Amino acid sequence: MTLFKLSIQNIKKSFKDYAIYFFTLILGVAIFYVFNALDSQTVMMNVSSNTKEIIKLMTNILAGVSVFVSFILGFLIIYASSFLIKRRKKEFGIYLTLGMSKRKIAGILFLETVCIGILSLGIGLILGIFLSQFMSVLVANMFEADLTKFTFVFSSTACIKTMLYFGIMYVLVMIFNTINISKCKLIDLLHANKKTEKMKLKNPMLCMFLFFLSSFILGYAYYKVTGGLEQMQEVTEIFVPILLGVLSTFFLFWSLAGLLLKMAKKKKKTYYKGLNSFILKQVSSKINTTVFSMTVICLMLFITICVLSSALSIKNSMTSHLKTFSPIDVEITKPLDLTEKRVNDSWQYKEEMIEDSKISIRESLHKMDFDVDTYFTDIVSFHTYQIDSILLKDTIGTYYEEAKEKYPYLRYESKEEFIKVSDYNQVARLLGLEEISLKENEYVIVANYDGWIPIRNEGLKKGTPVTLLNRTYYPKNTECIDGFIEISNNAINMGLFVVPDDAVNETIRAKEYLLGNYKKQTEEGKKKIEALFLNIEKHPYAKEASIEVTTKIYLYEASVGLGAMVTFIGLYLGIIFLMSSAAILALKELSESSDNKERYSMLRKIGADEKLIEKALFRQIAIFFLFPLLLAMIHSIFGILFCNSILETFGNEKLLESILMTAFFLILLYGGYFILTYLCSKNIIREK
Amino acid sequence: MEKILRVEKIEKYYGNKSSLTKAIHSISFEVEKGEFVAIMGASGSGKTTLLNVISTIDRVTSGHIYVGNIDITKLRGNDLNKFRREELGFIFQDFNLLDTLTAYENIALSLSIQNVKEKEIARRIKEVAHHLDIQDVLDKYPYQMSGGQKQRVASARAIITRPKLVLADEPTGALDSRAARLLLERFNALNQDLDTTILMVTHDAFTASYASRVLFIKDGEVFNEIHKGESSRKEFFDQIIEVVTLLGGDLNDTL
Repeated sequence: MTLFKLSIQNIKKSFKDYAIYFFTLILGVAIFYVFNALDSQTVMMNVSSNTKEIIKLMTNILAGVSVFVSFILGFLIIYASSFLIKRRKKEFGIYLTLGMSKRKIAGILFLETVCIGILSLGIGLILGIFLSQFMSVLVANMFEADLTKFTFVFSSTACIKTMLYFGIMYVLVMIFNTINISKCKLIDLLHANKKTEKMKLKNPMLCMFLFFLSSFILGYAYYKVTGGLEQMQEVTEIFVPILLGVLSTFFLFWSLAGLLLKMAKKKKKTYYKGLNSFILKQVSSKINTTVFSMTVICLMLFITICVLSSALSIKNSMTSHLKTFSPIDVEITKPLDLTEKRVNDSWQYKEEMIEDSKISIRESLHKMDFDVDTYFTDIVSFHTYQIDSILLKDTIGTYYEEAKEKYPYLRYESKEEFIKVSDYNQVARLLGLEEISLKENEYVIVANYDGWIPIRNEGLKKGTPVTLLNRTYYPKNTECIDGFIEISNNAINMGLFVVPDDAVNETIRAKEYLLGNYKKQTEEGKKKIEALFLNIEKHPYAKEASIEVTTKIYLYEASVGLGAMVTFIGLYLGIIFLMSSAAILALKELSESSDNKERYSMLRKIGADEKLIEKALFRQIAIFFLFPLLLAMIHSIFGILFCNSILETFGNEKLLESILMTAFFLILLYGGYFILTYLCSKNIIREK
Repeated sequence: MEKILRVEKIEKYYGNKSSLTKAIHSISFEVEKGEFVAIMGASGSGKTTLLNVISTIDRVTSGHIYVGNIDITKLRGNDLNKFRREELGFIFQDFNLLDTLTAYENIALSLSIQNVKEKEIARRIKEVAHHLDIQDVLDKYPYQMSGGQKQRVASARAIITRPKLVLADEPTGALDSRAARLLLERFNALNQDLDTTILMVTHDAFTASYASRVLFIKDGEVFNEIHKGESSRKEFFDQIIEVVTLLGGDLNDTL
């Protein structure tokens, strides 16, 4: 009982130190609950089965991410608690001199952890349940479901999961604490507080050299991931600039610690003004000892900013493309004239499928009791053509060798696809694209995928001839024409050859297309037709017909779902990373504040105003929070550029919007921790 | 002579009604400009409390303390800080130097918080460093200095603002006898050359013998007072010892 009392009193007494720790735990629990309870938020919603599938997938991925997150949180909690133990070494030393055994001290710590654990779990869960109600609104918004009536949702599985995961973390903390204490020597415990800081001055020349060197290397890494990205041959090469970036970040902090002071000292007027000399020395003495954690925090912030802004921008652009790239309701395709020969491609066609590939889409659908003309309007149907002798490597001509060097991952053996110019123009009218006119020996390439257009253009510029059925055609233009024939949610047409009508004949037909709109104007009506149409899946003949269907509604739901999924995962990871780095900084800063208590009281004794001291403290903490953030922001500029070029297919519209959203989260969480740290520090250095 | 410090019937009680501790029980005295006064007393005699209330770190229960013409018992908040900053200089037993700053920066700090210009700071430090013989250690950090050097740097910091009154709390407490003597000789020099007024609390008779006047405190009251007058330091030391013997108690242990 006395042990218990002692623990409770300790917690109460050192609440100032514990406040940030406690706050972090509560926040961690709450976030963990909110993201694990996401699926129960969607249960009540009226969404299509398609969206339900995506939500299920999202829940599974989030569960996986949660394991990762629990590792991060576990490390954070263990780090934080070992930090607090360090701060209380003197107290433990006194207990030991009073004859308390180490086991008993471990017992006190055990009880403290239990108390804090139960409290933080309780409050965190309540906060989480509360927050997840707001999350419902966000979820509904993301999946564009209407949230007609508000229902209070409580997920017992998420609740139990949270308790289990955090329970394990707390047990680990207890084990670590016990090990920590049992390793301590009494003499160290008692003298823990008596340490005189030694000001180690770094060689300014070395600092200067390292500063410029690391800036240069950083610049090179920046170039590598943006401008020099095209030169990259293999995926693994990306690790080089990453490693360089990490190393140069570390050395940049290391050298800046020395340089900053040196430079400030040169400006005597500012240096000897108010408490400036004191602040600068505080900062530089600490940077010396915290270069490593500064680096870690900077990199974590960097990842947070990139993850958040990229995730949000993906979601934004996912749906915005749909209007452009899917102007019609439905697209049906079907391979034609399948033969035995293609068995070599490790794909076994069944007899019935080969049989079906000889008839048109219309006929196949008819066999499934679906009449195209009853439900569809604006129907355009046409064929595309392929021959074995015209492959990608042939159509880019002499550029092939160079391209193989530059883009080794492309499939140069894939067959090119051809379309009659009259068919294409029909499609173009339907899709609202530009029509094309050709002379008898000309061809053009229609493409809109940014990654492929330059490759195609090289071939076109060289005037690469294409020989089709004994006649040779030459490019009309030196560049690809913007266009597509397949609906999708993005610009992914890698290239389609438009040739004069008499260039191809039915012996080399490869694929049939049927494009059209539903014969209803309203959203509701379209959905009804779609449901009816997709019902053909259940028809016995469906197994034999290799029909592929893409619909606008499906594309829309898929991109909304995918966008939402990416956003939630991004938010989850981003918030956890942000919280962790801010918490580490805050804890470091707070422990420094208690170490610096004496220094501040000295300042007070020589007559520094309370205001002046508070200003000094504020600046000191602000510099510490801003320093890694600033570098992380510079990193992020290039990081986001890199993400954008990688995720080019997703488009990068509304980037500004997502960056603003990221800034909002950053200010809310990081800024919140900063203010909290300042207030707690002020409390610590205040004279009683 | 101008009166720098006037202490009038001050009292200081600690605790509440049920358990009252009288730390100071009516003390009155005056210090004139250019004086070097030592206050002696055993532990618990109230000498540290006296210094604390004069230095405005603590408040009196009743009575008045005038520094110059200001009644410092009436000062509050920022006026108090301003007063402390501009009129008083402090020297502590444990030096209280900031370990992250060099000697020069430590001294400069007390001027820079008064918004003194950098050039003026440099000029004044040069002057004071000469008086305290610390020119060689100005660029060193506290951990690189000896105790005596640290205390002289602390003294430089205390007098550089040209305070009306320098308060020293057991300045030799953490020094060996040689460093103590060196420091006290510097105090004497400051006192004579710069006309600095010093009020020093000590329980060490040797240290006190450097002052021009010694006040003895016992049980919160002024017990005795002796002037050095024309006598030598050695003779003055013997006089102090006599009083200490008279006082008896703890103070004897320090001999």
